[in-house]
Amino acid sequence: MRKVAVVGGGQTKFGELWDTSFRQMIIEAGTRALEDAGISGEEIDAMYVGNMSSGQFIQQEHIASLIADHSGLAPVPCTRVEAACASGGLALREAMVAVASGIHDVVVAAGIEKMTDVITEVGQEALATVSDQEWEAFVGATFPSFFALMARRHMHEFGTTEEQMALVAVKNHHNACLNAYAQHHVELTVERVLQSPLVSSPLKMLECASLTDGAACLVLVPLEEARKYTDTPVEIAGSGQASDTIALADRESLVGLRATREAARKAYRMARIEPKQVDVAEVHDSTTISELMALEDLGFCRKGEGGKITEEGLTAIDGTLPVNPSGGLEGRGHPIGATGIAQALEIVLQLRGEAGKRQVRKAEVGLTHNVGGSGGTAVVHLFRRR
Amino acid sequence: MHVPRFWREIPNRYTLVGTRCGHCNKVFFPPRAICPRCRRVGQLEPFRLSGRGRIHSFTTVYSGPRDFKDQLPYVLAIVELEEGPRVMAQVTDCNGEEVKIGDEVEMVFRRIKEEGEEGIIHYGFKARLVRKAGAGGS
Repeated sequence: MRKVAVVGGGQTKFGELWDTSFRQMIIEAGTRALEDAGISGEEIDAMYVGNMSSGQFIQQEHIASLIADHSGLAPVPCTRVEAACASGGLALREAMVAVASGIHDVVVAAGIEKMTDVITEVGQEALATVSDQEWEAFVGATFPSFFALMARRHMHEFGTTEEQMALVAVKNHHNACLNAYAQHHVELTVERVLQSPLVSSPLKMLECASLTDGAACLVLVPLEEARKYTDTPVEIAGSGQASDTIALADRESLVGLRATREAARKAYRMARIEPKQVDVAEVHDSTTISELMALEDLGFCRKGEGGKITEEGLTAIDGTLPVNPSGGLEGRGHPIGATGIAQALEIVLQLRGEAGKRQVRKAEVGLTHNVGGSGGTAVVHLFRRR
Repeated sequence: MHVPRFWREIPNRYTLVGTRCGHCNKVFFPPRAICPRCRRVGQLEPFRLSGRGRIHSFTTVYSGPRDFKDQLPYVLAIVELEEGPRVMAQVTDCNGEEVKIGDEVEMVFRRIKEEGEEGIIHYGFKARLVRKAGAGGS
């Protein structure tokens, strides 16, 4: 198996991009990534695109063809990858596997979601289809309600407080203010988060990622070739993926995600990296409780202590383990299929030392964590500066 | 939803019929066709659940899909049934403040939602708090 490196990346602004179509978005992100990698379209061997539901959001399937075509890259093979909110992370993994295997040399890993061409209710209903339609959505379960049920249980078992959860939103929105590509540029306070309207108790509006348009792309090549493209290659040192039950009720425990723990275990083992060696992480904070559980499941603290280490400031940009310096899903925005790629792009920028005002100190090793649905899929990647 | 998709789940949705693995005795609800523990050795047979259980976790939903709009806000719970499986259900005849983790519930047959004016009406079960005599309520 060959080692794989990221040699370029780019993204669109994340937000309500009413002036920009699906195809314009992917072209914009792709062009930036190719320019950053210094390659031309002719050099691309294959593309993998994470996308959850273009069918529901823009009534367009077969987007692999659409993207290859409108990027002017047909007949380059293009493959759509879907695992709900983990679609982007999974596209990155598939792209990495393709390069590692030797079947392709230059591969684009992309992610895109155009979510605001439908009214909010339709968008929310589309999101609910990542759950078990027959037994969860059928009785009125919504996407935030899954994390609300987990939050309630986490509070019950470990004494996690609403204030601790709100601190995640405050931190991630603060970080997003330092990121020009982020959707939300607003500083929050704990009080303001707690006073925002309840979405699904105990979770409030400012604790949940919003509907977002966005696209992001990365260029992957074999590590041994990477210096031909850039002076600052970032190796994908580890990759892990795991599945769990689609229905939340079927899980053994509601206070963490088994898929995250299993994907992380595989990624750490492949990279020969321990959690304490990670310098910066982009985790899947679809809600505030999601980040607290991720901190625990990724091995950054013991189960139940996610709230405590957040309170102590360890996960702030100037803390010992900066988490979601980009703003995360809550601050940067969560265009479902694009999220996993945008997370990896942020880690690449951090490891290159190009993250500007939100640059973390001494970043050598980075981690991304992308979750599908309420935890039915998880993908974890580890990156190392080379 | 096309009628057959709803119709074929009626036995399970109306009468709480799940499955039990004859090999390891584990009970599944919603029903599974394969026991994840025993897989091909397992022998799944229909199994009717009592409908009694306890609240494992709960939330009050304030923003929901269009089919549920007239029910907002509603209480949604994960109920641990006495035979073992956990299931997602609305908690009926209560408000969110009354519910606590560990509360005893029983499953009752209820209308779940209507697909607009002319669509089908979906029935199924909801959980209802078991109120002890003298503890208020009826």
